[in-house]
This record gives sequence, structure tokens and C-alpha cells, in this order.
Amino acid sequence: MRSWAWGRRLLRAEFGLVVAFLYLPIVVVVGLSFNASGQPTAWTGFSLDWYASVLANDALLQAFRNTLIVGSVTTVIATVIGTLLALGLERTVRSSLLDSLVFVPMIVPDIVLAIALLSFYNLVFAGLLHLELGLWTVILSHVVFDIAFVAVVVRTRLRNFDRSIEEASLDLGANERRTFFNITLPAIAPGVIAGGLLAFTLSFDEFIIAFFTKGTVETFPTQVYSMIRFGVTPEVNAIATVVLLISITLVLVSQRLREADV
Amino acid sequence: MKRRRLLLLGPALGWWAVFLVVPVGLVIAYSVFQRGTYGGVVPTFTLDNLVRAFDPLYLRVFLFSLRVAVITTVIALVIGYPTAYLIATLPRRWRTPVLVLVILPFWTSLLIRTYAWIVLLNGEGLINHGLESLGLIRVPLPLLYNEFAIVLGLVYGYLPLMILPIYSSIERLQPELREASADLGGNPLRTFLRVTLPLTLPGLAAGCIFVFVPSLGNFIVPDLLGGGLSIMVGNLIQAQFLKARDWPFGAVLSLALIAMMGALLFVQAWLQDRDRRQAIDA
Repeated sequence: MRSWAWGRRLLRAEFGLVVAFLYLPIVVVVGLSFNASGQPTAWTGFSLDWYASVLANDALLQAFRNTLIVGSVTTVIATVIGTLLALGLERTVRSSLLDSLVFVPMIVPDIVLAIALLSFYNLVFAGLLHLELGLWTVILSHVVFDIAFVAVVVRTRLRNFDRSIEEASLDLGANERRTFFNITLPAIAPGVIAGGLLAFTLSFDEFIIAFFTKGTVETFPTQVYSMIRFGVTPEVNAIATVVLLISITLVLVSQRLREADV
Repeated sequence: MKRRRLLLLGPALGWWAVFLVVPVGLVIAYSVFQRGTYGGVVPTFTLDNLVRAFDPLYLRVFLFSLRVAVITTVIALVIGYPTAYLIATLPRRWRTPVLVLVILPFWTSLLIRTYAWIVLLNGEGLINHGLESLGLIRVPLPLLYNEFAIVLGLVYGYLPLMILPIYSSIERLQPELREASADLGGNPLRTFLRVTLPLTLPGLAAGCIFVFVPSLGNFIVPDLLGGGLSIMVGNLIQAQFLKARDWPFGAVLSLALIAMMGALLFVQAWLQDRDRRQAIDA
């Protein structure tokens, strides 16, 4: 029994190190964003200057607006299609092939999806239709993987859902359509919203596919990437802090909704 | 019934047909075409691109990527298994919050999290500065722009993907099994090796794949922490498309990457299937 207590203590120590490893870089960047000198090596006092200089960076703000547009439109499309897919998988066909197909868009390497979509857009849109690539092509691309994530989240919710209330609604004379909008949808709503939030977060943070399919416009991640490539500037720390705050908030809300009682 | 199926499944499958299947098909076609001068392709059949992929220059990139992905996976497993084990054996009400704590960084921007390591590993960065002021080193350690930095960044990026599936396989395990083993005189180490570990192998395999796959084809981590050379497959593909403007060769490299992953997933599915069949026979 004694050796077991020892093992437990070791496990706890390891766990502490893992949490430190996961959060140390984040804490450092957030801390530095408030450092007047902006240098990692010397703390010269609390300052919001770097946030002010972010707000004065027009190109960055434009990129941020672009990303909000891409994220919102992507989320709406992917949430509708993903929810329908979840219903279809859960209610119409039982096929393990179809079940595993849902995971394909999640595991295709993003660099491969990026070059495949660039080739496709270049041939069909730019080549045949003479359309310029832009935010709309980024949206078309982000929907591809977001559908899969929404479907997985909504499906979990559907599985824990008591179908007898739907039957009751049908027995009481409501038609299928009414039953869906009045009974099914409200019951799975937390799952749908959680899936949507996740879809938005993934689109908001996505870099490589946007980098290939954006044409000449910039999204927030591609703009931040070129800033990082240019060199470590204190401004990036402030941007990083804002991005982390947004994603963490969205993910925590999404998580809360997923745990909500059925 | 048929109409409903079409309404529910149609939009998603249609979207994937147009924006996933057709584009990947196009990549397959491009791989046997000749390159255009400024990107794009000339539709003349050739196997030159395929032959070129076996040039030692590019084979080395594939081998290096494999090596980095394997090392990353092994380290993530060694760190991730005990972490998952601890979380899964916590009192029930603690499990979800602690799990969320560990998974949370994964859902934030990989670009930003990778950037954070530049700040830490830089020659003038926090770690070197700290070691210097403690008097432990005189010249900054070369922590950035090398294999060490890439592996570190990848382990950091994907560790939660190792922890999650292992956690669920341990959590599903009946505690009675471990107790039975202890009652029968098995010490904790023996119980772990003979009972817990074999029963959680599927979760462990899933975790390894979840880490290995995105590591192998990664672009952002080797790009930012590896010094921006075409050192891993992901960087090489990006360079062929956006810099060298050799799309057909970029297409061949992408197909090679997918083939490697496909082979891996196939082996895993086969192993799992075999386990299941053996379990049924027994």
C-alpha cells in the first residue's frame, strides 16, 4: 500500500508540471503584453501602450473585421448543415461507413486541404468564371471542416435525447414539421449552440487554409502571421492576449452548454 | 423517408463532394501533369514529378518529418498517459473541470501558442535570460530554430489530443478490475502492467494517432520554430505551391503525405478489428 501512496504522489507532481508546461507560455505572453518596455527580459512597469498601438493599427483592425465576417458566415452555414447531418446520421441511416466519413474532414492534413482548394478555386473560379478569390473562398473552405465538428457535437446531444416526447407530440396531432421546431430543436438547442461556438472558434483561429485561399485580402491570423514572421514585437503580445481571451471564453461557454442537462 | 434522408444528409455530402472530393481529385490529376511557368499546370502527362519525389533531397525531408513526428508522439505518450491516469482516477466531480483545464489550450490558436515559445526560447528570450542571470550559462543556449524547438512546439500543441482518448479509456475501466488484481496479490506496478495498460491500449493507440497525424504534416510549428526552411513535408508543400510555383510536384508531395497517413490509419483499424474478433472468439 505504501508504494501506491508514493506512486500517487509522483503522479500529482507530474500533473503539476504538465499544467505548468501548458500554461507557462500563455502566462508569459499575457504578462508581457502589459510590460511597458515590451521586452521579455526587463519589467519596467504596467502599461496599456501596446493595446493602444494595436487599436491604431488599421491593417490589423481591417483583418480582424474580415475574420469576424468569415467566422460568422461560416458558423451560420456550418451549423445548419452540420445539425442536419447529425439528425440524418442519428435518425435515417445506420452506416458505419458514413459514421467514419464524418471524421475525414477533421483528419485531412490542413496543408493538403489548403493546396487542394487553392487548385480548385484557381481552376474553376479564377480560371473559368473570372472571379477573384477573397473572403468568400475562405468561407467556402472553412465550412468544410466546421460541418464535421458541429455534427459530432450535435450528435452527442441527440443521443441523450428522449424521443418519447417527440412521439407524444405526433400522437397529439402535431405534424412532423411542427414537432421538429417546437420539440426537437429546443431540446437539442444547447448542443447546436455549442457546436456553433466551436465552429466559430475554429474558423477564427484557422491560419493555413485561409493563407492559401484568401486571394489578396487578409484575415486576422494571416495578418498576425506576417507580423510574427517580421519579428517579435511587443504589439503581438497584446494581440495574442486578446485572441486567447476570445477563444477561451467561447470554448468555456461551449463546454458549459454541452454539459447542460438534457 | 427517402426525401428526408436527402434533405438531412444531402447538404453536407454535397458540400464535401464539391469542396473536398473534387479538389483532392484535382490534386491527384495535377500530380501527373507538367508544371506551368507561373504556377498552375500544363495538361501533358508525365511521371517526372513522381520520380523526383524519390530524390534523396526530398526523401530526407520525409524521413526527418517522420522522425520528428515519432519523437513527438513518444514524448506526448510518456507525459500524457500518467496525466490522463491521474485525472481519470480523481473523485468524479473533479474530473470534468480538471480535464477542461488540460484541454483548454488546445482550443486556442496554434499560431499564437507557437509564437509564445519564440518569446521563451529566443537567444534574448526568457529562458536564456533567466539562466544567464542565475550564472548557469555565459552564452545563450541554441534553443530556437532547431529540431528540439520543433518537437517541443509539437508536443505543446498536441499533448491534449493524447490525454483525451487515454482518459476516456481509463475512465471507462471498471475500478473493480484493479481492486480484484490487488486482492489477488498483484502489486500496483503488476496491476498496471497486466490489467490497466492492456485494457487501455485502444485509447493509447487513438491518442498516438491524434498526435502523430497533425505533427507529420505540420506547417506552422516548423515554420516558426524551425527557422523557416523547407525542413518538414508541410513546409516543402507550401514552398512548392507559393514559392517555387511547381504545383504538380507539390501535388505529388501532398499525395505522399496522405498515403502515409492512410496507411497508418488502415493498420490501426486492422489491429482494432483483429482485437475485437479475438475478443469475440474468446
